[in-house]
Order: sequence, then C-alpha cells, then structure tokens
Amino acid sequence: MDSKLRAILPDQELLKLYQQMVLSREFEESCAEQYTKGHITGFLHLYSGQEAVAVGATAGLHKDDYILSAYREHAQAIVRGADPKRVMAELFGKATGICKGKGGSMHLFDPGLSFMGGYAIVGGQFPIAVGLAFAAKYRKEDRISACFFGDGAVNQGTFHEGLNWARLWNLPVLFVCENNFYGIGTEVHRSSALADIHKRACGYDIPAVRIDGMDVMAVYEAVKWGVDWVRENSRPYLIEAMTYRFRGHSMADPGKYRSAAEVELWKARDPIVGFAKRLADERIATGEQLEVIREKAAAIVQEAVKFAEESPWPEDDEVYKDIYV
Amino acid sequence: MPQLNMVQAINLALREEMERDDRVVLLGEDVGKDGGVFRVTEGLFDRFGAERLIDTPLSESAIVGAAVGMAVYGLLPVAEIQFMGFVYSAFDQIFAHAARLRSRSRSRFTVPLVVRAPYGGGIKAPELHEESTEAFFCHMPGVKVVIPSGPYVAKGLLVSAIRDPDPVIFLEPTRLYRLIKEEVPEGEYAVPLGKARIVREGSKVTVVAWGSMLERVMKAVEGYDAEVIDPLTLSPFDWETLLASVRETGRLVIVHEAQFTGGFGAEIAATVAQEAILYLRAPVVRVASPDVHVPLAKLVEHYLPSVERIRGTVDEVMKY
Ligand SMILES: Cc1ncc(C[n+]2csc(CCOP(=O)(O)OP(=O)(O)O)c2C)c(N)n1
Ligand SMILES: [Mg+2]
Repeated sequence: MDSKLRAILPDQELLKLYQQMVLSREFEESCAEQYTKGHITGFLHLYSGQEAVAVGATAGLHKDDYILSAYREHAQAIVRGADPKRVMAELFGKATGICKGKGGSMHLFDPGLSFMGGYAIVGGQFPIAVGLAFAAKYRKEDRISACFFGDGAVNQGTFHEGLNWARLWNLPVLFVCENNFYGIGTEVHRSSALADIHKRACGYDIPAVRIDGMDVMAVYEAVKWGVDWVRENSRPYLIEAMTYRFRGHSMADPGKYRSAAEVELWKARDPIVGFAKRLADERIATGEQLEVIREKAAAIVQEAVKFAEESPWPEDDEVYKDIYV
Repeated sequence: MPQLNMVQAINLALREEMERDDRVVLLGEDVGKDGGVFRVTEGLFDRFGAERLIDTPLSESAIVGAAVGMAVYGLLPVAEIQFMGFVYSAFDQIFAHAARLRSRSRSRFTVPLVVRAPYGGGIKAPELHEESTEAFFCHMPGVKVVIPSGPYVAKGLLVSAIRDPDPVIFLEPTRLYRLIKEEVPEGEYAVPLGKARIVREGSKVTVVAWGSMLERVMKAVEGYDAEVIDPLTLSPFDWETLLASVRETGRLVIVHEAQFTGGFGAEIAATVAQEAILYLRAPVVRVASPDVHVPLAKLVEHYLPSVERIRGTVDEVMKY
C-alpha cells in the first residue's frame, strides 16, 4: 500500500515526530501533577493539545535557526533538544535547572540549541526575533529566526512593529501564530477586529497561510516550505496554526469560559491520537510499537522528576549572580 | 460588619462606586466575563454588563491610553493591568500623557483615571510577576501612587482614588490578596489620599513600610518601642506625619521590597536628612531587596526583606 506519510518523511523521522509529541504530553501532564503536589510553584502554562505545532515546526526548521517563544514553552525547548531533566529541575527551581533554577517555567533559555527564550511578557519576543534575524543577515549567516506567539499577542503593538520591520528590511523571520482561540479567558473574536490572524500579515505585505495545527504533518510541511521560502528570499513569512489547549490557561485557571462540549470536540481531534492512527493505518508502526514509545517517554519524564526532586536548591548567593551589581 | 479579604474589599469598592456613579467604567484583560485573573472583578459583569465591564484586547498601551481619553471626556475609568510587570508598555501613556494633560491643558481638564495593578513579591512566581517598581511612578509629577496594606484601607483608598480628579496608580500587594481578613463596612467611607497612618505608636524608633512589607514589619518590631508608619500614599507623600515621628524617636528604618538603588526609600532618607538630621541619633537605614531581578521560588525568600532581617536592622539601629 502506498503511504502518504512515507512520501514525506522516512519511517524513523515519522516515529521521531510521534515520540516528541508523546514526550511533550507526558512531560506536561507530569508537570500538572508536580504542581498539585506543590513541587512546582508560580505560574504554570501547559501545552497539552498543541504538541503538533512545536513538533512539526521544529522538524521543519534547521538545527541552528533561532527559536523564540512565549511562556507556554516547555515542549518547544524539549523538542529542540533541551534535556527534560534540566527543564523539570528548572520548573522545580533547583540548581541543576536549565537556567540554574532562577527563572522557572516561563523563561527557559538554551542558547547552545539556539533556543532564545521563553518570554513572559506577551508580545515581548517579536522585536527581539526581528533583531536576531537582522544580526544573522548582517553577518551573512544562513540562519533564520522563528518567532512563536499566541492569538492574544497579535494585539500588542510589538506584533505590528515587528512585522513592519521584518518586511521593511526583508529579514528572515518565520512568524508562527499558535491560534488556540483564547488569550486566557477571552476568545479571539472578542479581542481581535480581524480574527483571521494570518490576514493581518497582508497589512505588512507579508505572505501568510492558515493551517491545521492539530496535524503534525500539516505543520511540518507548511513550516518546511516556509523556512525554505524565507531563506531563499530573505523575507518574512507568517503561519497561523489553528490549535487548542486542552487545559486551562495556567494551572490557576478553572477555565469556566469554555463549555465542556467545546473542549470535548477538540479533544476528539487530539494530535497524538490522530497521528498514531495514521501511523498504524499506513503500517509504519503497530499499536504495540507506539505503546512502547509512550512507555519510554513516560520513563524519561519519571526520571526527570526524580532528578528534579533529588537536585539541590540553589545557594542563596545565586541571587546576586548573573547580573552586574 | 462583614469580614473581607482584600480581593473582596476591592470588589466591594468597585461595585459601590459603579452603583453610585455611572461614569465609572472598568477595563482590562479578562476583567469582564471572566471576573479577572485574581477574581477581583468577579460578579461585576453580571451586575453591570459588557458596556461598563470592558474586556479589552491584550494591549496595555491602549488600555491606559484609551482610559486617558475616556477620563478626559468625563468618564471615571478604572483600568486593570494584570500584573505590575506588564505595565511597562503603557508607561508612555502614563508618563507622557496621563501625568501631563492637566498641566499641559493648564488645568482646563484633568485625567480622573485609576490604574490598578497587583504588585509585589512572595507569591512564588519569578520576575515580572513580583515587581515592585513603585518608585518609577513616584518619579512622575502629576501621578499619585497609592498602596494599600489591608482590606479596610484598600476599600477606602480605592474609593478616594476613583473620585480623585487626577491619575492614580493603585498598587495592590498580591501576597496580601487573601492573607488578611478584616472588618470592612459596606457603604460610604473614604480613606483620604496623601495621608499616612500610624499603625503602631512608639517612641524609640520609627519604621516606615508599605504594602506587604507592613505585615512583616509588625512582626519584626514586637518587643521594641517602635512607631510604625504606613504612608498609604507614596506620592504625594505625607512628610508631616513621618517627620513628626522621626523628630520624636530620633531613629528611622525604612523597609521596602523594591530593589535598593533608587527605591522610594532613598527619597525618604534624603528628605529626613534634609529636614530632621539634627534630631537623629542613628543613621537612617534602608532594608530593601538587592539590585537584581526577582528570582524564583526558594530564592525569593532570600531576596525579599524577611522578618529576621528587619528585626536585625531595628536592633542595630537601637544600639546607637
Ligand atoms: C504584557 C502582558 N500582558 C498580560 C499578560 C498576562 N497574560 C499572560 S498570557 C495571556 C494571554 C495570552 O494569550 P495568547 O497570546 O493567545 O497565548 P496562549 O496563552 O493562548 O498560549 C495574558 C493576558 C502578560 N503575560 N504580559
Ligand atoms: Mg491563545
């Protein structure tokens, strides 16, 4: 039987996408548990439901293309290659964390992986992504900058300023909007005059496309195409991925603004379940093989939690470091 | 009289002011239908509707800027910024416009605007969610800066802020939102702006603190003959009350959770040096957070002034 998936990527790569989505889900669900136990404090925004976007997009980017994201970024970092142990330790606030346990959930950085940060200020990342792309172009390096953001962020001035700058100077930026229909409790049509976010790119003469963000292959193909186009033309491009978060905005959010029916409708389109079915239907993996992948991912996460639990707290002195004083 | 926490007290103030005066409107992210991320505006949407409880797009600059326009037209907008750390993109609208329009129009109009924001540390979140940058606003002529330290004063001060003809930055200590319950009367009472409160009388040392630090100071001074002053309004500051106290005690400890350098404590120390230095028996000392960004979790307890650190400082000062 002809496999549509195989025509796009080899088996190993397809299974890697699956593995990364499952790892992201396991990681996030475990975070929820650790938050409930009081091991993770502060604000915790989980990515469950949106995995296809980070996974498909990261696969479409080159290894040293910059990634910038918002505060719902654990999966973005892990899929890019950050060690789940050190990410979990960061969320716990432990010294072994990826940012020494001083930043927590919303400010993950791993410059070695060109992962240039989570940004807790909604919209903070736009101009910075533009500046990184400017620098890459200035240095004549073959590198683009991928800027992830939510549907809420497009109403900040920085979105408009960033798009204008990127097109004005033809900078290699890939803008990826993760439209999950809500900014906290406010639906996109209650906050945006033009709720079709990709259309806003027209205002800056930037080509854009809207895609199914619950389908990892759709994301992969769109991003890969976009990345090639941005590179070839040295110009910005925008992708709007339609997706959904299965949990509340953060762990503190009871999510009363969405009906159970709506959430169920989207859960029925779970990106992991959907992809598993396709992998099985096209005989790329059996159900048992996929279950083994899930178990391994769960074990990686368990190990990460254990590592975080057993890691030491930062010394009090750490407060004074990493800044001039 | 009902026992209310600060969230409930602020909610009550908003409700009563909205009932009293239909020029009062609330705007901000998720303040309406959702009731606000800290539930401060809970129930108000059902009571007053979407026309007066305005869910805005995620655009702080426009939240404040539009509120300035509404205020100039004669409405009494109360804008909510979800966390103090998110106000910086609206800084321009506050500093360049809200603060100056009265002066620029030579008092032909004023800007009766309130900007509310939860602020301060101790909720185990990192930087931007624990900011205490009130000094920025105190540096702005034309803007009032008000910081309640408990439910009773929160309600009374907010009422005064809403009725005040000038822009008021109203900073609500997040750590106290649900920590303290107090008797808060329903109905009319106002705590005046610009008037400090002597929270505890004493004669050997004056301790001045605001917001959530007050609660720690009260624990720290147990056993000392200390006078504790809560300014309630940082700008314009009630120098009279503070100076009178310092002239009496001859000692001053200033406690704030804002970073040390350029914190409002510096302003207080400088003014006391200028106006009361001959009454002082001991150096004026500031207990503040270090000059770094607010860290996460465990470290934040090392960062913020603790009861022990405050007590230790009071003790040092008493040795003179
Ligand atoms: C400047 C700023 N304003 C407000 C907030 C509070 N806040 C955090 S996330 C959020 C909603 C963002 O929605 P969206 O961009 O759609 O991202 P999503 O949470 O859906 O991933 C808000 C209002 C913030 N972090 N920064
Ligand atoms: Mg969203």
